[in-house]
Amino acid sequence: MSQNYFALFGLSPAFDIELKTLESNYRKIQSESHPDRFVTASAAEKLASMQTATLANEAYQTLKYPANRAKYLLELNGVTAVSDSNTAMPMQFLMQQMEWREALEDARAAKDIATLEDLHHEMQAESKSLQANLSQFLDEKKDYATATEITRKLIFIDKVCADIYKAIEQLE
Amino acid sequence: MALLQISEPGMSAAPHQHRLAVGIDLGTTNSLVATVRSGMSTVLQDNFGHSLLPSVVRYSPNGEVIVGHEAQAQQSADPINTIISVKRFMGRSLNDITDRAHIPYHFVDGSSTDATKGDTSRILQIQTRAGLKSPVEISAEILKALKARAEKSLGGELVGAVITVPAYFDDAQRQATKDAARLAGLNVLRLLNEPTAAAVAYGLDNASEGTFVIYDLGGGTFDVSILRLSKGVFEVLATNGDSALGGDDFDHRIYCWVLDKVRESNAQLAPLSEEDTRLLLTKARQAKEWLTDNFEAQIVCRLSNGIVVDVTLTAQQLVEITQHLVTKTLSPTRKAMRDASLTIEEINGVVLVGGATRMPHIRQAVEDYFKQEPLTNLDPDKVVALGAAIQANILVGNKNDADLLLLDVTPLSLGLETMGGLVEKVIQRNSTLPIARAQEFTTYKDGQTAMSIHVVQGERELVSDCRSLARFELRGIPPMVAGAARIRVTFTVDADGLLSVSAREQSTGIEAHIEVKPSYGLSEDEITTMLKSSFNSAEADKKARMLAEARVSAGAIISSVKIALDVDGNLLSDTEKQAIEAEIARLETIALKDDDTAIHAAVDALNHATEAFAAARMNASVSRALAGKNLEDINL
Repeated sequence: MSQNYFALFGLSPAFDIELKTLESNYRKIQSESHPDRFVTASAAEKLASMQTATLANEAYQTLKYPANRAKYLLELNGVTAVSDSNTAMPMQFLMQQMEWREALEDARAAKDIATLEDLHHEMQAESKSLQANLSQFLDEKKDYATATEITRKLIFIDKVCADIYKAIEQLE
Repeated sequence: MALLQISEPGMSAAPHQHRLAVGIDLGTTNSLVATVRSGMSTVLQDNFGHSLLPSVVRYSPNGEVIVGHEAQAQQSADPINTIISVKRFMGRSLNDITDRAHIPYHFVDGSSTDATKGDTSRILQIQTRAGLKSPVEISAEILKALKARAEKSLGGELVGAVITVPAYFDDAQRQATKDAARLAGLNVLRLLNEPTAAAVAYGLDNASEGTFVIYDLGGGTFDVSILRLSKGVFEVLATNGDSALGGDDFDHRIYCWVLDKVRESNAQLAPLSEEDTRLLLTKARQAKEWLTDNFEAQIVCRLSNGIVVDVTLTAQQLVEITQHLVTKTLSPTRKAMRDASLTIEEINGVVLVGGATRMPHIRQAVEDYFKQEPLTNLDPDKVVALGAAIQANILVGNKNDADLLLLDVTPLSLGLETMGGLVEKVIQRNSTLPIARAQEFTTYKDGQTAMSIHVVQGERELVSDCRSLARFELRGIPPMVAGAARIRVTFTVDADGLLSVSAREQSTGIEAHIEVKPSYGLSEDEITTMLKSSFNSAEADKKARMLAEARVSAGAIISSVKIALDVDGNLLSDTEKQAIEAEIARLETIALKDDDTAIHAAVDALNHATEAFAAARMNASVSRALAGKNLEDINL
């Protein structure tokens, strides 16, 4: 990684970041660099605007979402959280995963939107507690092995949430 | 074409240099043009005091092209040569038009054989007495009429225009709209999403803060956008919609209902003529509008075969026959809410936009869903044009202290075809613009030296369910074993929501690179040719005009770079500064000669020479904005 997204927004690299600062600094950067500010400018200035605004968007999306932020933070510390060769998960979580997947499939088959929505709430509660753990292992203990495991869980939960929404969309 | 003067961002134009810029709402049913005058956004009227220009184009027998009310009045008499709702056909092929049995035009399948274009290059055309016309050309006639209205009203040539498009328009529809504007001789400052434009007009008018839903049901398109308004920043959180659902569909339901009624008493009703179809559709639209304020509407007319239609449609019946259409708008609404991760309680206001939202049962459905009364204090027909005008005024630099910033999103996911006809998404829907994303792919055969790249847009997993945007081939890949090549495909979506794609092989030093901008129906050359012939002037005049334009652009960039050197010259070393000054001097010399090609080349050279300087200035201004943080110090 040659670019540090945290520094771009004037933040220290950490999982626990001030989202308000991230947001307000993102807006400040966009105010300076957005292509709307350079409609009548020279080609060279348009290019610089496009590059900076694009970078700011990419960086903002990375830091705004907890799973992306954790993954990025691990990468900055030389750990690749998700790769094809390393997908190990503890047995207990795998069992839990299968239960969620089955609940999703059952509700989908029963065309039960209310249950799907409940399941979504459950996943979000789970996500919240994983995030609390992440700030402990990433920021305080700097235990990247454990943090990697939690990050993978978080990414998995995000995927299930997306699939739940997809199922609801298809049923509606 | 009008040329822009280049001003320093953040620096004021000379006080008396008010640049003429307009916002144009190119609607399915009606179009409008607005501008900011004395600080107020105003819709410009024609000589008769009409604000709305019906989006109707007639190719009349004497060769004249008639646009607007007059064309609308003639539509029943000459339906084949009078095109209404052309917006529905923008960027579309014949296969996309599912209800063409009810449309009285002679469609012709486009037959472009250009292999670099996607399936959408089979853009449909309409056979008129003036020849084959593409939707782009027909739309350009509407835009020309609005441009003429604006230039007459404002008393000068326009510097540029913001053209609005439905947020849910895909790349093909956006590109077609931009092509139409260029064909009409307009300098497109920006394509702006209609709900976002409405939010600007509404938000600024009411000094609103919070999270707002814009529910925009127009003549032929439905959009729903969710925006967060905060201190002049309009951030689109999610958008969704249906680019083939609108007030027209309600007319069509009434039309079908009337036909059923007529058949009850005339069992042997022959298929309707084109004139009768158009007549009944017009009556249907009038009945729909009447029922907004009345309990029943009488539909009376005489068909060409002598049959007299006389039926009464009640407001309740209208609700019954169109409720499924209203329900159809709620599904995209729910999707947008989910994508924005919002609950109904978090919505501070719902703004209704588009003439079709005048229908009481639509208002009721929106109110029931959001559990609050929707806001209708701005004219739903005008609010989009008013917002576009405000944005146009800011983009050309008339308002320098503008705090307004629009952060819009791409409505549909963009991806590539992979093995098995599956889509690999590269950019997800609702990503903030501008955006660039790269993904790596590899070869699947030993010694493979070319790769076919198929770009698609849509949410579905199968390529066949998505819209094909472009196909191109990357050639010159060095022969390697399967899976060894690294082909990096980069998608870039600019602030207009338009996509460009590039690909390069990067595992070896050898680079193959191709840049594709999907183009629909009209190639760059075709547009240029059409524009040139429309000047209708002698060769010498053309030359003079091109030379004048080249000199204007040379003068503009020279003064812009000189100002930049004055303000931020300290960012450069002496050598760097001298290099730029040398390019300025070169351009100044060349600009004195009568060679527009050479002048353009020198402008390009100066642009190129200032790229690093522009990037450094950008970093400096970002650093200043972040209170003293220096980007160069933070390892970017």
